[in-house]
Amino acid sequence: MADDKDIVIEFLKSKSAAKSKFYFNDFTALFPDKGPREVKKILTKLVNEEVLEFWSSGSTTMYGLKGAGKQSAAEGEN
Amino acid sequence: MAKYETPLLDQLESGPWPSFVSDIKQEAAARAANPKGLDYQIPVDAPEDLLGVMELSYRDKETHWKHGGIVGVFGYGGGVIGRYCDQPEMFPGVAHFHTIRVAQPAGKYYSTKFLRDLCDIWDLRGSGITNMHGSTGDIVLLGTQTVQLEEIFHELTHKMNVDLGGSGSNLRTPEACLGQSRCEFACYNTQDMCYQLTMDYQDELHRPAFPYKFKFKFDGCPNGCVCAMARSDFAVVGTWKDDIKIDQEKVKAYVAGEIAPNAGAHAGRDWGKFDIEKEVVGRCPTQCMKWDGSKLSIKTADCVRCMHCINTMPQALRIGDERGASILVGAKAPVVDGAQMGSLLVPFISCEAPYDEVKEVIEKIWDWWMEEGKNRERVGETMKRLSFQKLLEVTDTPPMPCHVSTPRTNPFIFFKEDEVPGGWQRDLADYRKRHQR
Repeated sequence: MADDKDIVIEFLKSKSAAKSKFYFNDFTALFPDKGPREVKKILTKLVNEEVLEFWSSGSTTMYGLKGAGKQSAAEGEN
Repeated sequence: MAKYETPLLDQLESGPWPSFVSDIKQEAAARAANPKGLDYQIPVDAPEDLLGVMELSYRDKETHWKHGGIVGVFGYGGGVIGRYCDQPEMFPGVAHFHTIRVAQPAGKYYSTKFLRDLCDIWDLRGSGITNMHGSTGDIVLLGTQTVQLEEIFHELTHKMNVDLGGSGSNLRTPEACLGQSRCEFACYNTQDMCYQLTMDYQDELHRPAFPYKFKFKFDGCPNGCVCAMARSDFAVVGTWKDDIKIDQEKVKAYVAGEIAPNAGAHAGRDWGKFDIEKEVVGRCPTQCMKWDGSKLSIKTADCVRCMHCINTMPQALRIGDERGASILVGAKAPVVDGAQMGSLLVPFISCEAPYDEVKEVIEKIWDWWMEEGKNRERVGETMKRLSFQKLLEVTDTPPMPCHVSTPRTNPFIFFKEDEVPGGWQRDLADYRKRHQR
């Protein structure tokens, strides 16, 4: 599990220059031998550990590293 | 005195219908007066600024809301939708105006206490403006700020014993008609199935891992009071297998005018004497009914459960006794590919608790769609892209004539290309050598 989490974090860091938010499908591609439910468990764990966070448009949800990309403070919220 | 001039919005109040503009003005006045002496946790003039930004949008003919953001409660991937205004200096009261979705009770049965408690939380920590209910059926609380979210969530879950609803790429809040609690047509316990599946699929509701949204809805009968087959990716619609039960004496009473048709609905006008031939038999979409002047008969094999005859003569005709549901998959609104109605997948399924048979179908569809679905693709679009036949295959459903709208016109659903010699392609020139036109 620790290795799996590292794979996710490494992937997000490697892409951090271009993108800060990713679809769930982008993570399933990292684990070709695992089903979507197993990948979801890895991501949920990372969200619960506050390493990742959700971004939602209301209709679609994406995952990103906590603190990456535009945050609520940047919208004038403190 | 209103904070902004809103001539375009005011015009919306002039029609004969209830107006959301009047409602927001009323809320603005109530917040300004503050009769309960509340220590409002978000700006008191949020409703006024909402009217202001809407007026600007009507004038500019473009939205002034930004799309989404990072807001939510800890561990939940849905239920809160971030909304920021792109003119925060002009409208500070709605600069941050997040939406919270709250799961509605099955069948939307409320106590006044529940509604009062909900409004008390929302008056204090939100704008006071609600939408009862959103399109998917949730209670929608419109407009609060990020710091209030955890407080609201704590009070909803701890004091009111209610959960957030669904949003994002999740299972959305399941919805049911009021079913057997009040309706004699309900073929299964819609509210119980809705509740059980909501509890069983908590992870899917709150932790997004789908390509896009997914909606369940439960209709007790084909009248479809929650429009499951038009509005949900997975519609469970009550039905029965055996004959419609006929009370011939009551049929005669309807014909004699002793019982008002449609249970007395449409009574605001004199429609003349009840004509069973014209109003019931002639309206049957498959012409499966006959009335010989003293006896009504129905050919069950041809009945498509349209409900018209039962609705018209509810005392004379009743749903059959062998009850369950049909499952239709893939309905959606027109974002990509246009609107789609659900396609019949399982013609009849048992609806006995704990609903394992229904859950088995759901999970097979999810497994397939989670693997194959593209980002932002509804299951109805995946079905269209990869074929309905593929859906039959992944759900282990044997193809049958009711899977095609007109049997015989499309026999290909019964065969796979690799099982047919030569596949679907053939050499026309070679064929013409052997067959003249």
